[in-house]
Amino acid sequence: MTPFTVLTARAAPLMRDNIDTDTIIPSREMRTVAKTGLADGLFAGWRYTSIGSRTPDPEFILNRPERRGFSILVTGDNFGCGSSREHAVWALAEYGIRAIVAPSFNPIFRANCIANGVVPVSVERDTVERLAAMTEADPSLLFTLDLPRQEMRVGDDVIFGFEIDPESKDALISGLDPIARTLRLRDQILAFVKTDRQLRPWIYSATATDHSARETA
Amino acid sequence: MSGTLLDKIWETHRVAGGHGGADLVLIDRILLHERTGGIALKSLLESGREVMAPEHAFAVMDHIVDTHVGRTDRTIMPTGTDFIRATRRAAHAAGVRLFDLDDPAQGIVHVISPELGIVQPGATLVCPDSHTCSQGALGALAWGIGSTEAEHALATSTLSLRRPRTMRIRIEGVLAPGVTAKDLALALIGRFGAGGGEGHVVEYSGSAVSAMDIEARLTLCNMATEFAAFSALIAPDSRTVDYLRGRRFAPAGDDWVKAEENWLSLRSDDDAVFDSELSFDAGTVAPMVTWGTNPQQVVPIDGTVPDRNAGGPKAQENWDRALDYMGLVPGDRLTGLKIDAAFIGSCTNSRISDLRRAAAILKGRKVAEGVKAICVPGSTMVKRQAEAEGLDRIFRDAGFEWRESGCSMCFFAGGESFGPGERVVSSTNRNFESRQGPRTRTHIASPETVAASAVAGSIADVRTFAR
Repeated sequence: MTPFTVLTARAAPLMRDNIDTDTIIPSREMRTVAKTGLADGLFAGWRYTSIGSRTPDPEFILNRPERRGFSILVTGDNFGCGSSREHAVWALAEYGIRAIVAPSFNPIFRANCIANGVVPVSVERDTVERLAAMTEADPSLLFTLDLPRQEMRVGDDVIFGFEIDPESKDALISGLDPIARTLRLRDQILAFVKTDRQLRPWIYSATATDHSARETA
Repeated sequence: MSGTLLDKIWETHRVAGGHGGADLVLIDRILLHERTGGIALKSLLESGREVMAPEHAFAVMDHIVDTHVGRTDRTIMPTGTDFIRATRRAAHAAGVRLFDLDDPAQGIVHVISPELGIVQPGATLVCPDSHTCSQGALGALAWGIGSTEAEHALATSTLSLRRPRTMRIRIEGVLAPGVTAKDLALALIGRFGAGGGEGHVVEYSGSAVSAMDIEARLTLCNMATEFAAFSALIAPDSRTVDYLRGRRFAPAGDDWVKAEENWLSLRSDDDAVFDSELSFDAGTVAPMVTWGTNPQQVVPIDGTVPDRNAGGPKAQENWDRALDYMGLVPGDRLTGLKIDAAFIGSCTNSRISDLRRAAAILKGRKVAEGVKAICVPGSTMVKRQAEAEGLDRIFRDAGFEWRESGCSMCFFAGGESFGPGERVVSSTNRNFESRQGPRTRTHIASPETVAASAVAGSIADVRTFAR
């Protein structure tokens, strides 16, 4: 995972509420058993005039020339709701989006962002709308997302500060593999399980003994 | 110690206080399907790691499998076979039990887990699928995750996360005839909004919940994700215990006795404090149907498309967009709106009780001319049970297609769809734009409303179909 510290980039506003993961990456665009090759399908239902021809819809914000190369998506409430498909974040990241600013995120989508080095910035709706208005007024405006300091700036001016829980922040900044991190506690986990087997034996016995024979008898 | 049901489950599973405010939590059950689970297993194996407790992981084929009779690995979706075979290979290599296409226990993951007794009260269960919250109906802490988190859970038997906030929704009163757990779930989202449960574990309690059988509870909890909740929970009771007794992976012998005692002690204490409390009167709920492209855009079936949304110009834009997509204008009546298709299936409403209720409406009746009607049982076991009861005959005689089990047309994976502009009344959970196929218009409702509408050829009030 790419570590994230400070990003200076342009933004793009997509101010709709409840944008779901089917919209971000339609199921039909998930063609291979891989985490890559998904950027082309990002927002496919909105981005192309017809899905088959792949003709870009010039009206859609991501297709406008002034938005080319943007990395900060500014959007509405409950972003990433719906299906848990991590492909939504994989597609956004592959397309080049490194941060998303919204009033709120779906919890599964938010966790998927953290796992893939995409920063979910949740701030008050007014703040999101102010940011959207700024980038609408001047698409070339460069924003600096400073994760260590938890603030968004234009030049030296702080536009807003934001809250993020420390473990998400650490994970994003370090870019470390969380599995490797947890496996350092392997002995502790195994010891916990050993005790738990005494406390909740049914959790362990049930799957070890498939009772299907009994049931069908 | 006084606490909520969530607190009690959490304390039993906390392996370590993690970084910052997160805890490392033991995961008792991991469920995988071919769409998002296969890649987690594949990625794990490619990294050279192993599944820490393969006997606690289960994989199933449900999401993109063909549901036509005589199916094989071939899918209508162009590359679906690759997902099926990759998942099969990875499950075998990792030693994870797989309910494959031809397995009598195959079915939609959230249908088979309860019916096989894989989910248990007080357990933690995860699956890379947003509707995992359904299984909170049995008193398990069950939630949807991404594929990366699934890989973490497989490799370490744990996940690192903060304890979610808690919300209790007390639902008192009695559901009127013709009104179901599905209508209740939709009414809750309609009242409190699609973001109403944001990040909370929502515990449903009250007399209306106690009165529900387990299948109804599964339907209620299923749509917690449409409420933006972390998950849903219902405290286990005698119905839960009775439901699980004797199931294939449920405890047996002495362990059953111990488990039962433990399960019945799992509940929020009287003085437990929730972060948020809501109450709702079940008696006020009518059969519900969505009119828009988000589950909160829902009205009682005898209502009309609302004319204005509170929340300023941006919200109005979203509103207008939904109206345009659905081909409706404010003031349109939902009842009587002509439909092109009817679908009964999905992890929300495809269990045996759902099919029985729909069949009661369909018995002796015919699907209206020009309406494409499909029923996809939630599991192969549900299908066989329905066939043993003769329900398949009722569906077929009425003009419904009777399919093999799978997620099917709850969503469009590039295979089968109802078609652009087609209006579908569906027992599923999501009415998003193009969810059921490019430009398809979805109205979500209960299975009996779907059945009644299929017969009428237009959205119909099941209460007027009372036999």
